[in-house]
Amino acid sequence: MQDYRELVVKLCDILRPFNEEGIDLKEETDLAADLGLDSLKVLELLVTVEDSFDISIPLNILPQVRTIKDFAEQLQQLLSERS
Amino acid sequence: MSIFDKFRPVSSALQDLTNYGVETVNVVIERFISPFEAVINGRQTVLAGTNNYLGLTFDQECIRAACEALRQEGTGTTGSRMANGNYAGHIALERELAEFFSRKGAIVFSTGYVAIIGMMTALAGPGDVILIDSDCHASIYDGCRLGGAQFILFKHNDIADLEKRLRRLGKQTENTLIVVEGIYSMLGDRAMLSDITEVKKKYGACLLVDEAHSLGVLGKQGRGLAEEAGVEDDVDFIVGTFSKSLGAIGGFCVSNHPQLELIRCVSRPYIFTASPSPSVIASTRAALKILRTRPELRSRLWENARKLYQRLKDMGFVLGPEPSPIISVRLKDKGKAVASWKKLLERGVYVNMVLPPATTDGNPLLRCSVSAGHTPEQVEQICEAFASLQDVPEPAPMS
Repeated sequence: MQDYRELVVKLCDILRPFNEEGIDLKEETDLAADLGLDSLKVLELLVTVEDSFDISIPLNILPQVRTIKDFAEQLQQLLSERS
Repeated sequence: MSIFDKFRPVSSALQDLTNYGVETVNVVIERFISPFEAVINGRQTVLAGTNNYLGLTFDQECIRAACEALRQEGTGTTGSRMANGNYAGHIALERELAEFFSRKGAIVFSTGYVAIIGMMTALAGPGDVILIDSDCHASIYDGCRLGGAQFILFKHNDIADLEKRLRRLGKQTENTLIVVEGIYSMLGDRAMLSDITEVKKKYGACLLVDEAHSLGVLGKQGRGLAEEAGVEDDVDFIVGTFSKSLGAIGGFCVSNHPQLELIRCVSRPYIFTASPSPSVIASTRAALKILRTRPELRSRLWENARKLYQRLKDMGFVLGPEPSPIISVRLKDKGKAVASWKKLLERGVYVNMVLPPATTDGNPLLRCSVSAGHTPEQVEQICEAFASLQDVPEPAPMS
């Protein structure tokens, strides 16, 4: 199973270009409230993450994703289902 | 905290529009003068946002059939087909649709929206996967959400992206449903159906094509994009609506799959909705007959569409990628869109204004739909109204 900590680090790395205000990215960082990602930006982010891990992310998970921590947990689940 | 708190963003967006002096969601067509002219705000207005592609809403044959059905069978069915029974017209229309599409079976639904969610939720449930083009209509997104299948987007008309996603699914492609549209409702472009069917066959997935905007518009016989692209045998399910080229309301699905009949027993939107009224079924049957026997309507539609597309292009407007009965003027600024839409209405032309997030790229659209029923003078009036937009001053930015 993919290490959760590694996933958070990788997600923070992917999120860097989306972090227009240059805030400190942490597990609790809220994608909409703190990073200001609108629905189009979220889709752009999804594609980047999908290509980075070579997986497809179902949109059904989005209601459960508010923070980087939520995203990493969902990603970990998806990656474990694939392996 | 109230259950209404979540409406604040919508309320604020509506207030923005009201501040601009427009009531886009409350346009009232006060009186019809002819099929494509009506009185709006007391002014004679050309209707260029109707989806009435073949101009059949006032066809005398359709009206006669509807009136006859009203007299013979009443105003409504007052319940679902499962509970209240089928009317002979429902069965006859299903037979005629199956014959028109050369398919083994057809199911009629109460609206196009119900048809798409009825089919999608029945076909793809928990454990299944739906792959949809990112430009698909909201009804298709709703069909994904309601059914409980995993749903994944692929980039609009990007076959490499579709294939990449199918490859990532591995064995799950066997229970994957791909959904695309014949003509996309926002920009009026076609799906790359020939390529999509090749990929679909390679990975063993099922394919559903929503021909809502392409029925009666594309193909030699008017059956839609699958016919035009010569791939009808590779499309598992075709869904469509009666509310556009057929000038009524309702929806359908046709297919060769023997399991289609089972959909009637498992599709909740089919089971628990009142069935279409007899007059609607009768006018739809008459319109389908006209669609099949008067190909000149399709020719006239395309003549009008190409003319308007070229004229708007020559004026320098940024449009969708190809001429089509849906012609969308793409703008960068919401305020400019609202001011332009208002000016068009003042010039006696009604088009659809589509604002983000309903648009595909986050920018607003002024969306025209062209009809075979538009006269050359009406097309000219639409062109002149758009030409006048070059004088619209830059408005203050909107939130």
